Amino acid sequence: MADKTPLSLARRESPLIRGVVTALALGYLACFLVVPLVAVFAEAFKQGAAAYFKAFEDAETWRAIRLTLFATGLAVALNTTFGLTAAWLLGKFDFRGRHLLTSLIDLPFAVSPVISGLIFVLLFGAQGWFGPWLGDHDIRLIFATPGIVLATTFVTFPFVARELTPVMLAKGRDQEEAARMLGASGWQTFWKVTVPSVKWGLLYGVILCSARAMGEFGAVSVVSGHIRGETNTLPLHIEALYNEYQFVAAFACASALSLLALVTLALKAFAERRRDQSLNQETAP
Amino acid sequence: MTRSLLITLSLAGLTLLGWAGLRAVQGPAELQTLRLLNVSYDPTRELYQDVNTAFAQAWKTRTGQELNIRQSHGGSGKQARAVLDGLQADVVTLGLAYDIDALAQKGHLLPEDWQSRLPHRSTPYTSTIVFLVRKGNPKGIRDWADLIRPGVAVIQPNPKTSGGARWNYLAAYGQALLQPGGSEASARAYVAALYKNVAVLDSGARASTTTFIERGLGDVLVTWENEALLALNGEAPDRFELVVPTTSILAEPPVAVVDKVAQRHGTTEVAKAYLDFLYTEAGQRLAAKHHFRPRLAAVAVHPFPQLRLFTVDEAFGGWKRAHETHFKDGGLFDQISALR
Repeated sequence: MADKTPLSLARRESPLIRGVVTALALGYLACFLVVPLVAVFAEAFKQGAAAYFKAFEDAETWRAIRLTLFATGLAVALNTTFGLTAAWLLGKFDFRGRHLLTSLIDLPFAVSPVISGLIFVLLFGAQGWFGPWLGDHDIRLIFATPGIVLATTFVTFPFVARELTPVMLAKGRDQEEAARMLGASGWQTFWKVTVPSVKWGLLYGVILCSARAMGEFGAVSVVSGHIRGETNTLPLHIEALYNEYQFVAAFACASALSLLALVTLALKAFAERRRDQSLNQETAP
Repeated sequence: MTRSLLITLSLAGLTLLGWAGLRAVQGPAELQTLRLLNVSYDPTRELYQDVNTAFAQAWKTRTGQELNIRQSHGGSGKQARAVLDGLQADVVTLGLAYDIDALAQKGHLLPEDWQSRLPHRSTPYTSTIVFLVRKGNPKGIRDWADLIRPGVAVIQPNPKTSGGARWNYLAAYGQALLQPGGSEASARAYVAALYKNVAVLDSGARASTTTFIERGLGDVLVTWENEALLALNGEAPDRFELVVPTTSILAEPPVAVVDKVAQRHGTTEVAKAYLDFLYTEAGQRLAAKHHFRPRLAAVAVHPFPQLRLFTVDEAFGGWKRAHETHFKDGGLFDQISALR
């Protein structure tokens, strides 16, 4: 009964206040989320479905979609590997530098994406620290696909680790200790005990990470070079189309990006529910 | 211990694999076709889309070689910065000579006398600064003097971030200076009053056009002639009117081969031919089609408005001096902005 107090407190408020607060919250959501989303699709279909689908016949649009998916895939793979390792360390072990690692993981959240992009230009640009060496060896990171992957990875770095650490902590070490006592190796314990126990949290982190990676604009804009049909990701391509007065095409691409986001949202909601269920099973008496 | 080594090794392997895959994706195309990257400024997108198609065709007829020309657009200053930072531009076609000077001076990517290598100071087409007003010209805007009347909301980009906006600023300052009885003091007072009337100071020319046309803000848009004509002919011919002032600046957006990059790519020859193409009749026709003033008067498909045009050299003694006086940190533009 005790944990139901907030709800019953809310029930004690007068219906008028409850109604006003609910209306405010829903109105706010409608203004900032639903209306823009509807506007994107309305603009995209302004000149009919034919004009809408014509936007996707453009080779540059497909290149932008492929590049976005490629950068997202690589960034998510790298960050999942790292995030799983980091969360495992933070959740299951005590070691010196634990707090330092936690703070470092959060760094990309604190830094503006544009600054992150500029950091890479300062490091790997032609006039940057490693620029001359890279130039001599004809390796191009900035203004090419590797730079875009790098920037996307950096910006989405914390998602998996941040999501998994609390789950790892909540699960505790009992199961791992039991597994080791029964003779499992560290490797077996990790794959057969630890990973399955956090799989929904992991999925949730991966989804958040993908969503952020696909929509990334600031950092990628700085390192992209905006070469049409080559280094424009989907968000950058949308900006270019908009600037060229190709509004239907711009909003059509924006609607594709929104659809990806909506699918991600549905997956996220699903993973979130499963994660909470699996956590509740553990903590339930 | 061996396990962690195994993990590290397999991770390194995966990264290498991804890298190799990337090279494989990029590799073959580079071998088969010749590639050229043109790094340009904002309002030339439509022009170079046409030029690229026409030139690639001409090049194939001449040499039998497949040519893939890619383009990158953005604010002129930002684009120059990207080329300095390593964007692999074989040619640059930017908004003002000062930005290409920076590539020569700071990056040593081309010789400092680059502007004398092509006719007309390396400027195959020109433009000027004009006004766009709402249909019926409700505020009665005829010339520069009308822009500083109280209650007139002006839309134009920020000279600190946009190359095009520097032409706006210099046009405003220069015309005040060249008025009968004009002086540095009266020109200074004019631009101070003008920027006080600016309602939205966007970061680039195209952003200002969008603010004026799509968002419907302001009474007058001060912009490139090609940008104004594009808006009039395309988006909304019956919602706006062109107003041509009596005096304005001759805006000269120059072009150049970036020697160092072109040499590394082995594209010097095709890059030169590409820029020469802009001076041919076919190239000039395309410039005129996209509302840039061609150098060959004979190919102007529609007559451009007549007005008195002055150059940066005449009114300001060149870009370098104009930059020192007006645009560098603490320069005249910063001083009048502080007054706003």
